Amino acid sequence: MPTFAEALNKQFGEGKFPTQKFRDNNRVIVPAEHLLEVMGVLKSVCGFDMLSDVTAVDYLNYPGAVDRYHVVYVLTNTGTAERLIVKVPVNDPDPAVPSLTGMWIGADWIERECYDMFGIVFENHPDLRRILMPEGFASYPLRKDYPLRGRGERHNFETVLRSDS
Amino acid sequence: MAVTFPDFIVTKLDWIANQARANSLWPMPFATACCGIELMATASSRYDIARFGSEAMRFSPRQCDVMIVAGRVVMKMVPVMQRIWLQMPEPKWCISMGACASSGGVFDTYAVVQGIDRFIPVDVYVPGCPPRPEQLIRAVLDLQDKVKATGTIDGREFAKRNTYEGPTPMARELDPEDRILVPGDFTTATRLRG
Repeated sequence: MPTFAEALNKQFGEGKFPTQKFRDNNRVIVPAEHLLEVMGVLKSVCGFDMLSDVTAVDYLNYPGAVDRYHVVYVLTNTGTAERLIVKVPVNDPDPAVPSLTGMWIGADWIERECYDMFGIVFENHPDLRRILMPEGFASYPLRKDYPLRGRGERHNFETVLRSDS
Repeated sequence: MAVTFPDFIVTKLDWIANQARANSLWPMPFATACCGIELMATASSRYDIARFGSEAMRFSPRQCDVMIVAGRVVMKMVPVMQRIWLQMPEPKWCISMGACASSGGVFDTYAVVQGIDRFIPVDVYVPGCPPRPEQLIRAVLDLQDKVKATGTIDGREFAKRNTYEGPTPMARELDPEDRILVPGDFTTATRLRG
């Protein structure tokens, strides 16, 4: 079975997508328009049959950052226990990325979580809505410009007095 | 009371009712997190809260006297908790078990409510993370003392508690531009308007 670098180079040309490596952590940076093809190659040719996680990093105010968000996909090869990280840069306004629910049905809820926390829209997702925060919540909590204690939403409820009930 | 009894009879009736209610406080276990495990431990044989009258942990609020809120309560859970509280018939009391239910505990974040006494009237607070079963039993005994000292047969004392008893809302902890403009209502509490 070819390694991910060999398969991607063969399919797309030598050095098309930048890769990084730190110890046993391998990363590929893929633009959003090539994401579905790259994932298809990795899944079918290289044997990465499990999508372990979908999350994002907000590089607001990070020194040397070019794009605001990187959507991070963690792929696992259950046969060889190899992991690969695929990062997709996206920007404001309207950060959007194609959804992988067509290839891995388990991407459904983990993409919903990424949407809920960062506001990144997954196109063609069957049911993109908030999963952790309540439905009417108006912010994306894990963005760097959202304060840790929130903006008062957590206490925005009526009090029940002892004499009411 | 519908018929006016002389005061000395009412006090005797109050005393009888208080004895009966204090010694049979059936808990509604509103266990959301780790304190729920300690609540279960208190109910099991080694620490046995049933010795003190909390014989039946019924999970239907209609059949309970005490709501024991054990664990951190997130903002999504607050309307649920209030609904359960309102479904409990009078007379009812509330024990806030653990640091998270009493004040938010270590979780001062956007999702965790900093003390359920902002939304529910609480009678006894139990500190701890989690509190030992002996502390929870002590809280039940304190509640029994409170019921015997202030209880009435027809719940007259509850009507007098018509002011907010929770912590002062600390408006200074938010920047002006972060504060919401319109206070929420019960059903649309998380929709920021303005």
